[in-house]
Amino acid sequence: MKILVCLKQVPHQDARLDVNGDGTWIKEDGIKFEINSYDTYALEEALRIKDAGEAEVVVASIGPDRVTQALRTALGMGADRAVHVNDAACQGSDALGIAKTLAAIAKEESPDLILMGLMSDDGNASAVPPMVAELVGMPSATAVVATERSEGNIRVERELEGGAVEVVDVPTPCLLAVQSGLNQVRYASLKGIMAAKKKPLDVKTAADLGVADAVGTAGAKVKIEKIYQPLRGEGAEILSGSTDEIVSSLMNKIKELGLL
Amino acid sequence: MDFSPDSELESIATEARQLAGQFDDQYWSEKDRAHEFPWEYYNAFAAGGWIGIIIPEKYGGVGLGTLHAGTLLNAVSSCGGAMSAASALHISMFGMGPVIHHGSERLKEQYLPPTATGELHVSFGVTEDDAGTDTSRIRTTAVRDGNRWIVNGKKIWNTKAQQAQKVLLLARTTPREECAKPTDGLTLFLADLDKRYVDIREIPKLGRNAVNSNELFIEGLPVTDDDVVGDVGRGFRCLIDGINPERIMVSAEAVGVGRRAIEVAVRYARERVVFNRPIGQNQAIAHPLADSHTELDAADLLWKYAAWAYDNGDRHGGAANAAKIRSAEACFTACDRALQTFGGMGYAVEMQVERYWREARLARLAPISQEMATNYIAEHVLGLPRSY
Ligand SMILES: Cc1cc2nc3c(=O)[nH]c(=O)nc-3n(C[C@H](O)[C@H](O)[C@H](O)COP(=O)(O)OP(=O)(O)OC[C@H]3O[C@@H](n4cnc5c(N)ncnc54)[C@H](O)[C@@H]3O)c2cc1C
Repeated sequence: MKILVCLKQVPHQDARLDVNGDGTWIKEDGIKFEINSYDTYALEEALRIKDAGEAEVVVASIGPDRVTQALRTALGMGADRAVHVNDAACQGSDALGIAKTLAAIAKEESPDLILMGLMSDDGNASAVPPMVAELVGMPSATAVVATERSEGNIRVERELEGGAVEVVDVPTPCLLAVQSGLNQVRYASLKGIMAAKKKPLDVKTAADLGVADAVGTAGAKVKIEKIYQPLRGEGAEILSGSTDEIVSSLMNKIKELGLL
Repeated sequence: MDFSPDSELESIATEARQLAGQFDDQYWSEKDRAHEFPWEYYNAFAAGGWIGIIIPEKYGGVGLGTLHAGTLLNAVSSCGGAMSAASALHISMFGMGPVIHHGSERLKEQYLPPTATGELHVSFGVTEDDAGTDTSRIRTTAVRDGNRWIVNGKKIWNTKAQQAQKVLLLARTTPREECAKPTDGLTLFLADLDKRYVDIREIPKLGRNAVNSNELFIEGLPVTDDDVVGDVGRGFRCLIDGINPERIMVSAEAVGVGRRAIEVAVRYARERVVFNRPIGQNQAIAHPLADSHTELDAADLLWKYAAWAYDNGDRHGGAANAAKIRSAEACFTACDRALQTFGGMGYAVEMQVERYWREARLARLAPISQEMATNYIAEHVLGLPRSY
């Protein structure tokens, strides 16, 4: 069995984010990055299947040099191989450009299962996984909170609004986009990190994958017009006093507004 | 000369930080307040195989060097646990150096594998209150008794003795007067910390309170020839393979603590608004932080150089002592400036910098005082006459 896990490297949750000069994205220099939290659950799920028997886990990511560290982390945690699309031409890709690139990797690898995170911590669009599934012609399920595998099928629980759970059978090969909290994610062990050095890490370009036209700002149908910090509005009321006083006056206001 | 990032060291730093990051300031603050050993943290690192970082692969470790151990300790000390986070782990690294380099095959086979997994804790038993830094004057003795030795004496500052099953104990086996050199006649034992013969008393102290340091009152502790590390009478020389790595590792830790202090201070200086501007806009706040940043950069290069030199067979202590002096200063100054940046809140436990500050103070005293490290440079690097 082969499992493809797609990972995105995103700004570290503790990083202080500033908008860049032309207001189209954040300033990336000087901040730390990490694997998108949703994707770590996808990777963990793949590693558990590997631990339970025969499976090869391949991780793939698109991004600049810094992404190597995220892939090394994944290899250190136990993935077998990594594919890194490191190509300046990919910068500014929209969700479809990313999905086409990942789909091209999936077509090369022909995995039995593709695992991804439900969304990215920075973009929050949830768009890429269903697009990849569509492009490679696989059934998919999103917001997966539990899985149960049987021959040719994965029964998944999906988290719906209001705490409801939907149970669906997804025939394999398929793509699952997992919700956070699906499992307890492991840490790379020191021996794992050392072993990762010897594992293959293939670097590819968009052209290698035949998707040069689809990627980058040139290929993007969705363009970011502007990113900005919401301005502070007028008329905000600042509560003062001891913590207890602030809490009780806040509670009163919430009650007055009928929000409770 | 090649300063390009080393992927192995980067991975160690990233993953160690990831794991240490699970134990936040609140966790350490609580452990500090309760004087409780950070078991959850220790066990997480033991489970990940980190404790065996410098133990050879043959004995169940990963077989890396001082540079790697320093990188790990620098990472964990920069995540809020400060010196406590480093001290919970580091004795298993440098403490076992003498055993790795001078121990008999039997000692290595028996004690290195459980050290690597984290099951076996060791304490380092060199310092005595009567001798001070003049190690040649220690009064703990081991006297021959048939085919064994009997140890009597008193040790002080034995870190982690509350958890340790073993102590790397330096004892005099030949009277000082009968030796050619004052540091001859000392023998290093990997002794049982057997409570029937050793009374262990914790020392209340200024900081780093998640990890205990103790006094050991030793009365009639039996040790065997098998427990001797290296040769009888040559313990001081074996110790060098513990104390130089210790100085280097503590330097790496001090840089980590300093980095953390500057990081939280910078965040606060950007956010705290007084007189309608972030306090960090005032050069009186900004410059000390920038200055400390450069001091930490310099200390960072120095400990890495010392580690590299040691790992490449250089047993001269010049670089290790230089790193220790500069990093201890850079660390304490950084923590003090961070505390100042927080104003009155810097004095509040809630902000955590007072804890970093208390822990940072230690690096100026231990494992060797700034004065004695400087004496080393004066005598052994500059060739000046010994002053004491
Ligand atoms: C928290 C903590 C943990 C420790 N952990 C351990 C441990 O695990 N194992 C262990 O064996 N030890 C440990 N130590 C002991 C530590 O290594 C010593 O405290 C340190 O080396 C200083 O020795 P001393 O306390 O005997 O000071 P002293 O030798 O009494 O010196 C007192 C002062 O006089 C100065 N001084 C002395 N002689 C000279 C001279 N010739 N020239 C200039 N100045 C001089 C010193 O620099 C110092 O400032 C620990 C200490 C602390 C505080």
